Amino acid sequence: MTFKRKDLLGLRDLSAAEIGHLLDVADQFRGLNLRSIKKVPTLRGKSVVHLFLEPSTRTRTSFDIAAKRLSADTHAITGSASSTTKGETLLDTARNLAAMHPDILVVRHRYAGGVRMLAEALPDTAIINAGDGACEHPTQGLLDLLTIRRALGGVAGKTVTIVGDITHSRVARSDIWGLTKLGARVRVCGPPTLIPPGIERMGAEVHHHLEPALKDADVAIMLRIQKERMFQGGHYIPSQREYSRLYGLSRAKLKRWARRDLLIMHPGPINRGVELEPEVADSEWSVILDQVENGVAVRMGVMYLLLGGEGAARREGRGP
Amino acid sequence: MTVVLDAAGIERTLRRLASEIVEGCSEDGVDRFALIGIRRGGVPLAERLADLIEGSEGQRPETGALDITLYRDDLYTGLESPTFGATELPVNLNGVGIVLVDDVLFTGRTIRAALGVVHDYGRPPWIKLAVLVDRGHRELPIQADYTGGVVPTNQGDRIEVRAGAVPADDDAVVLHGGAA
Repeated sequence: MTFKRKDLLGLRDLSAAEIGHLLDVADQFRGLNLRSIKKVPTLRGKSVVHLFLEPSTRTRTSFDIAAKRLSADTHAITGSASSTTKGETLLDTARNLAAMHPDILVVRHRYAGGVRMLAEALPDTAIINAGDGACEHPTQGLLDLLTIRRALGGVAGKTVTIVGDITHSRVARSDIWGLTKLGARVRVCGPPTLIPPGIERMGAEVHHHLEPALKDADVAIMLRIQKERMFQGGHYIPSQREYSRLYGLSRAKLKRWARRDLLIMHPGPINRGVELEPEVADSEWSVILDQVENGVAVRMGVMYLLLGGEGAARREGRGP
Repeated sequence: MTVVLDAAGIERTLRRLASEIVEGCSEDGVDRFALIGIRRGGVPLAERLADLIEGSEGQRPETGALDITLYRDDLYTGLESPTFGATELPVNLNGVGIVLVDDVLFTGRTIRAALGVVHDYGRPPWIKLAVLVDRGHRELPIQADYTGGVVPTNQGDRIEVRAGAVPADDDAVVLHGGAA
């Protein structure tokens, strides 16, 4: 299996075989992160530019650690420090960066499709989507798949319930694409205002009540309720307390409705007491920190495959 | 296509290599060095050498495996699918001598990469190299300490080593002529 793509824009584009290959490679990189010397010379002399035009700590740090462990040089540009605040367009910013010949551009942008537009405009730079609007966040999707695969031995045939604000969640979309491609059953659960119409067409089963959504589920992915979006301006849910009562995971609900070996995941950052009762977040059901750990390995794997092998040969004019 | 070594020849060669390694490396005891196979061809050979040493010395040296994929200098040539296996080295390399084991010594670039891997794991007191076949055409100043046999080849030839972790009747070292 070889990975021949120039960019990683979303899991929607990938075949099940490509996703499986990415997960296999990422799994190998996990070992490297446990060594005392965590750096290998693989991407020595390559440069990675992080262009984050939306706030991020976890994802950006994870990408940065991944690139540095592969010996690439990294440069970070954040929204407030970039010329976008002076009115430069995304495309102009990216073209200027590309003129400095980075090998990988990791981009987060608030508009769905913004990252894909860059990938098409910059034929010589590998683009990694680190989140575009509510469209996709493919490395988060991959690390969720890797976490499930490692914890349960596989993804096919498992039932995964995604709870919360599906409408605004790029994580939910990448998860749904990846999980369905690998043969999992996906349920989404939330109040009708937070479930986008037509989500069934992606292969997800829609629930508005938590009890049937959790019944016999192997995994629950609890999404973050973005308070700033929910309670100011938007009128998606009446109150935080009501959301928490209906859709938050508590020990009591887990005992009554869920399998005893349910796996609880969360893309972070957690609102303790809203989507997860604090003691549930820290419980034996939770694999939230495994997700973070696997995130570094996944991002190493993605950079390695985009720059190694045939993709690199094509960019340098030697391959087919 | 020429058979350079048959099953009996491979076994005989490994016996000789094993006794040379014991003679050269076990001054302080068999537990003071480890046989580390380079993935993939070197790994079964390291196991066989360890078995042979155990047979003659009554004690088995530690074995391990080493993957050089992330340390290659030709990752960007697009020649191979970049997948790799695990590196399994002794927990503490400090104080343990390393005998790297590979099936074929060619350009020397694999060995250069392997030295980089070992260096990242620790600082063994010494590193030596044992190979089953030396086919020449070195591109770096690297030579083996223990060589099974020297096979003259052309640059484009391919050497195939069929040898598992236990001796088998169809073990062989085969020379495939390339572009003549």
